Formats: sequence, structure tokens, C-alpha cells
Amino acid sequence: MIQRTPFANALTYAIMVIGFLLLIGPFLVVIAGASQTMQQVNAVPFRFVPGDQFLANATAAWTRGDLGHAMINSLIMTLMITFGKVALSACTAFAIVFFRSPLKHLFFWTVFITLMLPLEVRVVPTYAVAADMFTPFRLLIQFFTGIELKIEWNLLNSYAGLTLPLIATATGTFLYRQFFMTLPDELAEAARMDGSGPVRFFFDMLLPLSRTNILALTTIMFVYGWNQYLWPLLMVTDPSYQTVMMKLRMLLPPEDGGTPDWNVTLAGSLLIMLPPVLVVAVLQRWFVRGLVSSEK
Amino acid sequence: MAQIDIRAVRKSYGKTQTLHGVDLIFPTGEFVVILGPSGCGKSTLLRMIAGLEEITAGEIAIGGTVVNKLEPRERGCAMVFQNYALYPHMSVADNIGYALKVSGVPKAERRRRVEETAAIVGLTDYLDRRPAALSGGQRQRVAMGRAMIREPKVFLFDEPLSNLDAKLRVSMRAEIRKLHQRLNATSVFVTHDQVEAMTLADRLVVMNKGRVEQVGQPLDIYHRPASTFVAAFIGSPAMNLIDSRVEGGAVRLGSAVIPLAPAFAGLEGRTVTVGIRPEQVRLAAPGTGLVAIADFVEELGAGRVVHAVMEGQPFAAAIGAEVRIAPGQPIAFDLPAEHLHLFDRETGRRIEIDGEPAQSRAAAATLAPALS
Repeated sequence: MIQRTPFANALTYAIMVIGFLLLIGPFLVVIAGASQTMQQVNAVPFRFVPGDQFLANATAAWTRGDLGHAMINSLIMTLMITFGKVALSACTAFAIVFFRSPLKHLFFWTVFITLMLPLEVRVVPTYAVAADMFTPFRLLIQFFTGIELKIEWNLLNSYAGLTLPLIATATGTFLYRQFFMTLPDELAEAARMDGSGPVRFFFDMLLPLSRTNILALTTIMFVYGWNQYLWPLLMVTDPSYQTVMMKLRMLLPPEDGGTPDWNVTLAGSLLIMLPPVLVVAVLQRWFVRGLVSSEK
Repeated sequence: MAQIDIRAVRKSYGKTQTLHGVDLIFPTGEFVVILGPSGCGKSTLLRMIAGLEEITAGEIAIGGTVVNKLEPRERGCAMVFQNYALYPHMSVADNIGYALKVSGVPKAERRRRVEETAAIVGLTDYLDRRPAALSGGQRQRVAMGRAMIREPKVFLFDEPLSNLDAKLRVSMRAEIRKLHQRLNATSVFVTHDQVEAMTLADRLVVMNKGRVEQVGQPLDIYHRPASTFVAAFIGSPAMNLIDSRVEGGAVRLGSAVIPLAPAFAGLEGRTVTVGIRPEQVRLAAPGTGLVAIADFVEELGAGRVVHAVMEGQPFAAAIGAEVRIAPGQPIAFDLPAEHLHLFDRETGRRIEIDGEPAQSRAAAATLAPALS
């Protein structure tokens, strides 16, 4: 139902403006604060006019947080999560949609359940596994041979440990599944008649056809991966594996009683925000299309 | 070039059986049309030949090789689908050439063969387009080109014309027929459209409820339907089928009593279904023959079809354009005995006795009806 009265129009506009200010407000503070001097940023009342100190602040933040190294760590982790997820989801969805096996429903529900168990919920058991990968094998070997082996094998302080638990969830799988199910059965049958096996079909047909899906998932996963905080915090003890999200804490003004330099902190957080913003800006056209409609 | 042998083929999905033992032979180079209403198992049978459905029981052999366990690509079949099933992200040239690409044919040769095939199906100017930019008829041609390029032993068509409009359907029908004469591969064409079936088929297979009702040449099936199902399914308007009983060497249809040939004497007292095609019914002088009340009249331009009611049963007759008939008017029909068909009322099978009123027997002797 669409209603058009002057009052309703005014009300909806008012709501939208308030919502917009709520969203954009903190951003304005960050942008303005990041380019002001320490005196300006601590002045009361706060002035929303940007200053000219951004480069100086950014340089200070970069060295204080050792952001160069952390950026590379974050980028590696994010790209591994993104591509791992895009590839793994496509494969699982392919298996779930196009193959008939007696255990199909079991697999489907196993994948589906992971949707209900995000990493935050299963963080303790996941950590236990990642911290001691060898225990299950040790128990098996001990059970069958009686030999007790003492081997340490864990994923702490490694990119594998940072990314694997985040890759293995079902969101992407369902995005692909919905798309694959809109494809007519005849497409697969025609490919079969043309002599193409399942693997060829996957690469020649499914992947090119799900291009918008892939790009949408890439966008989501990049932001998701970049924003990870809790899991890296658990997995990483070695500073050389720290990600930018962990460095964000170190950017807080030193608590030595002096005037807090919020301008440096804000400039640092702006830098950290930049990569996901760029990715979203480039891919957002596909992002919406891939999630909303299935292009055929 | 290959003969297709279908031996005692059954198909079940779980407990429901959709094909109840089908035996058919499609000789090399013939154009076979499988005709039947939806759900009769005709597409299932086709897909079993193609290798897209598993064969529950029985055997299918192509060119003498049993193919039950072979992958579709190893069977030498090509298939044209009802909804074309073109690859939407590929150009017409890539669509047609995909099978060659899969089998590793070098690029130059692939290009040459794609161009040759495109010329045959009239798509030379469209090779760079995507399927979405083509009309229905052109898409259908791409689908045919894609099937042709592999030079298959067997062509399978799964209702390929039912997504086209009526006019295009007629011209594509002619093209498919021409294509068959040119390639001469054994072709199996599934349809529910009897006009398509009659015009295309060298050999027609009529199926119903997972069984073969009749196999034969189209005209022979039209003239000698093996069951009431075939009689009602083939021919438009449908054959009139009226329940009756043989009494005193004659059948009574409403007010008409039609004497049967002496050879039918053995049928005395049997309940039968009498069939006569609307186009073989003639108008009779008032007061004679079968009297029915006109219900409505369908104008066809060249003639018209009167739908009448005779003792509660519908009765149709094709009459010339020159006669005017008003609804509600009683009409007298003459039913020539030589055009009557008799069917057993219990089984629905045709009652055939030597010396039955003369009918076209052309080519009947060459047919081997494989009725299950």
C-alpha cells in the first residue's frame, strides 16, 4: 500500500534524515577528527570542519601501530578467507544440488546446521581443536596399537589457523545453492549429452553463470574477513601475526595522563577502514545484483 | 546409422512403475515418432535411450551394442530439448561447438565444422550472438545445430516444437523432416501433437499409461486403430465411439441399425464399442439413419463440424460448408458400414476378422506391431 499525504511524506522524510544522521554522524567525527591537530580534536565543542593535519596524523598512527606489517597480515587472512569461502561454497553447493546420493540429506543438514553455529558460539571447542590437532589421531593410534605418541601439532600463530575455521561455514553455500536450483535440469543434461563430465560442467557452465554470485560473495566475505577480531585474538600470540583489527587497540591514546591524541587514533582507524571500503565501492554494483536477482 | 532395439524395458520410480515392459525396434535411418498424452512415459523412454534415466529392467541396444550401462556421451546420441537448454553464457558458435571442444577437436577444425553446421541450420549471421538475443525459432535451430555437429548415430527430439508458435511450428516441422532426409540418422521424436506425429513419422508409436498401444505407419494407424484409446487419440475431431451390442448380425446405434458382414457372425450378443470418424459420417435423408440433435457447430472455413447429441452420447460429424444447421435441430446421419470400427467394450481392443468391411490395408503387411 502506498499512501501519499503531505503529513506522511514529511514524517517519512524526517525518519530518513534522522537515520541518515545516525549513520553518517560517527563517520563525520572520524573524518574531521583525523585531520585536526591535537588541540582541535580535544576542543569543546567539537568542530566538524576537517583540518589539514591528516597526513601527519596518518604517519604517526602508521608507525605507532606498526600498521604496515599488520595490513599485510590482514590482507593475507582476508584474501584466504574470501577465496577459500568462494571456492568451498561453490563446490559444496555443486555437490548438494547436482548429485544424488543416499546421504545427500545428511550432508545437506550438516552444512545447514553450521548456519546456526557461527564461530562466536563454538569458539571454545573450535579453539580446543585448533590448539591441539593431533589428539584425535593420537587417541586412534593408541587405541589400535597401544603406542602413545607425543606429537605437538597445532594451528596457533599460523594463517591456516586464522582462516580455516572462518571458511567452513554455510552462508556462501546457500547463496550458490539458491542460484543453482534456478538453473533448468536440461542444462546439465545437455552438457552431459555433449560429453561433458561433472567437473567440466562445473567449470564450463556453473562458474561462468554464477559470476554475479561470486562477486557478491567476494564482497561480503572481504568485509567479514577484514573485520574479524575475536578469532585472531585467540589464535595469535606472536606479534608478527597480528592483524589490523588487533592493532586498533594499540592506537588508543597512551594513558600517561597527557592530553589524549585522538586525532592519531582516528586517522589510524580511517586507514584501517579503507581496504573494505574500496572493495565494496568497486564491487557493490555486482553485490546488489548477485543477492537480489539471478541473472540468466 | 544404427538400429535401436528396446527389449522389455521397464521403469519405476520407487514403487510406482511408469513403463510396463516396452518392446520396440527402430530400424536404421527411420524417423520414429512416439505419440501419447502427457504422463504416458514417452519422454521417460526417450531419456532412457539417451542415457539420462536409468533403465530399471530390460535392455536398450543402439547399433547392436547394449547401452544400459553406458554414459550418454558413449551412446552416440544427440538430443534436442523442449526448452532448448542452450548455454546462456556462450555465443551461438560456442554453443554449437561445445561438444567438439569437450572431445578435444582442434580449434581450426572446430571452427570449420561450426560454420558448416551453422550454414545448414541457417545461422551463419548469428554466430556471435548470445542465445538471449535470438528468437524462439533461432534458438531451436541452435539446439539442432548443437545436436547435428557431432554427427550422431541417433537423433532424439523431446517435444522440440511445443514452445514455438503455430506458424513457426509448421515451418520447423518441414525443416526437421528435410534435415532427416539429409542426415539419415535414426531419429526418435517425442510429441503429444498428433499433427506433428502424422506429418513427420515413418513409423508411429502410440503410447498410453506406460504401455505401447500401437506401432505402425501413420496412415495405417489412422485407418486401423488397435484400440479405443488410439481411435480417440488420433484424428481431429476425435472418432465417435458409441457403446452398442451385436444383435441379429447388426449393431444398433440410436435409431440406426447397421448390418455387419457375415464374417462377424461370431460376435452375436457381444457388447462392443462402435467407432466412426466424423469425416466419414454423411448426412442422410430425414427420417432415415441415425438421428441426433445438433448441439453446436464449429466453423472451420473449408467445412464445419457439427457436434450433436445422440441418446445422451456426443456425436460429431464433419459436413460440407454448404449445409446450414441450427442448434437444436434433429439431423439424420448415414454411417457407411465400410468405415465402422468395432472394439471390444471390455478390453478396448480392436475386433478384427478377415472379411471385415473394406478398409485401407496398404502396407499393413510390412508392419510388425510389437504390442505388449
